[in-house]
Amino acid sequence: MRVVLAEDSVLLREGLVWLLGSAGMEVVAAVADAEGLLRAVDEHEPDLVVTDVRMPPSHTDEGLRAALVLRRQRPGLAILVLSQYVEERYATQLLSTETSGIGYLLKDRVADVTEFLDALRRVASGGTALDPEVVAQLLIRRHSDPLDLLTRREHEVLALIAEGRSNAGIAEALVVSEGAVGKHINNIFTKLGLSGADKDHRRVLAVLRFLKV
Amino acid sequence: MTTTGLITPWDRIRAHWSARTWLRTAHVVTGVPMALLALAVVAGLTVLSVLLAWTVVVPLIALLLLFWSVPLFTRLQRARFLAFLDVDIPEAPRRPRERNPLKLLYREARARSTWRQLAYHLLAPLINVIGGVMVIGAWAGGLVAAEFAVRGWVLAEGWMITVFTLLASALLIAGPWVARGVTALDVIAAEALLGPSLSDQLVQRVETLQESRAEVVDAADAERRRIERDLHDGTQQRLVSLAMSLGMARTMLTDVPEPARQAIAQAHEESKQALKELRDFVRGLHPAVLNDQGLDAALSGIAARAPFPVRLRVDVPERASPTIEAVAFFVVSEALTNVSKHAGASTAEVTVRRAGDRLRLAVVDDGRGGARLGGGTGLRGLAQRVGSVDGTLDVDSPPGGPTAIRVELPCV
Repeated sequence: MRVVLAEDSVLLREGLVWLLGSAGMEVVAAVADAEGLLRAVDEHEPDLVVTDVRMPPSHTDEGLRAALVLRRQRPGLAILVLSQYVEERYATQLLSTETSGIGYLLKDRVADVTEFLDALRRVASGGTALDPEVVAQLLIRRHSDPLDLLTRREHEVLALIAEGRSNAGIAEALVVSEGAVGKHINNIFTKLGLSGADKDHRRVLAVLRFLKV
Repeated sequence: MTTTGLITPWDRIRAHWSARTWLRTAHVVTGVPMALLALAVVAGLTVLSVLLAWTVVVPLIALLLLFWSVPLFTRLQRARFLAFLDVDIPEAPRRPRERNPLKLLYREARARSTWRQLAYHLLAPLINVIGGVMVIGAWAGGLVAAEFAVRGWVLAEGWMITVFTLLASALLIAGPWVARGVTALDVIAAEALLGPSLSDQLVQRVETLQESRAEVVDAADAERRRIERDLHDGTQQRLVSLAMSLGMARTMLTDVPEPARQAIAQAHEESKQALKELRDFVRGLHPAVLNDQGLDAALSGIAARAPFPVRLRVDVPERASPTIEAVAFFVVSEALTNVSKHAGASTAEVTVRRAGDRLRLAVVDDGRGGARLGGGTGLRGLAQRVGSVDGTLDVDSPPGGPTAIRVELPCV
């Protein structure tokens, strides 16, 4: 897997290069700003982009804006955004294009190496990886709509779907059987009025409904 | 006690006719034509207005000319005081230029400083003419008497010498005192009438204080942002890097002795905890997203972190200044912290609305109430921060709840 990395802190950038390398990924370019990121992607056509939100010169949300540009130019490109703080607004902007192949994680998650690499692989293979903190923030504003009909458990399940987990992953996280997860998911679909034929499609729709994007 | 060195009688005598005396005399003498000119203009305009009162237009124009000439005479008088006496009469506050003559008329007529200055220009002829006659009279009389004394000496008439010598000495000795008295009176009148009035001075002082306070508040806010940036770009990145290295060590070093593994695991957990604490601290300082995306985005972050459900509604079509946004963020953040600490609430509702040039915040919880501003909770700090930008804070918290904190912030 070919990766382009954008991170302005040298220490962290080198660390990430090493981490990804040790996990068998090929970091084809590691750059320090958004301009460099756009150029590197044009040049190397990577499978995955990992980028910081705040980068020089303005140190605001440059990395995120670069990610949005890349997303528009290359709809299939998988992008994982790392942020010092998880902000629902950034995530919503990122997800407004499409939810597949998108990740948005708190930088701290890098410390949990295995989980981080897991999320990275999930994003690279077209899945989603949302930080639990983003999901919590997204929940704040979802009220007065069908989501209010969901029980607490169903909410939890939906949140985990939005994080990008599979049924097995959800079952493990909530310490219930996979069958129970399936039942919850069906209830969610019913309550949200999603009765399509294709299950995966409904899953994405439920997440979209959840994220209000 | 202040010491001025040794003052000999000779010094005193010399000082009596020193340069200052001549400057005072010049002040009084130059004051006469200036005061008369001002009087002539004022009187002329008044007579003209009275005679042509039926035209209505002429008195209005006369009044406009008067309001235009009064500051001019004042400037001339200030220059005279500065040149001869080294007395700097403070300037009355300058009013912005006004094109519309009717508005100008109205504004000047209402301004008390205009009438005070006019009063001086009417009083000045009295002081200067009478004072001028006295001063000039003393000097001239002294010289004339001296001349007669000399003539008496030439004519060898003994009584003339005695009488005129005494008269000349008396007048020449009194001259400096007269000049001093007249100028002192003039200075008193000018300082009282030409300078800014007490209320003008207070208004100006309030303006200065407001400006300097706004600068201090802005500077403190900028400093918070700088600290946030430094921590974000430096310390936090280092900690992330450290935690990552420890994480890798933890996953890769599986064949090291158990105590070493435990130490690595512990260090890893500690570093993650430190990161979390630093993140919370930095966020409380000044969240980066507040700069980038405004209140709505920043507040959803703190609403999500509250240990109870928070309904958030933000309707701010036009962003306020960074300082006001920072205060608003602080208010909501502190209020929610208070709610979670003291209120025992199960839900809270945060609304932020911009109405014209006011930003209205409300944090309402369903807790046990009884919060008071003087209660020693975080409310006092809130009130201080709100007060620093001239906002208002209102706490409504009956015992038994619910508690509502309403804040209004000006956004200019």
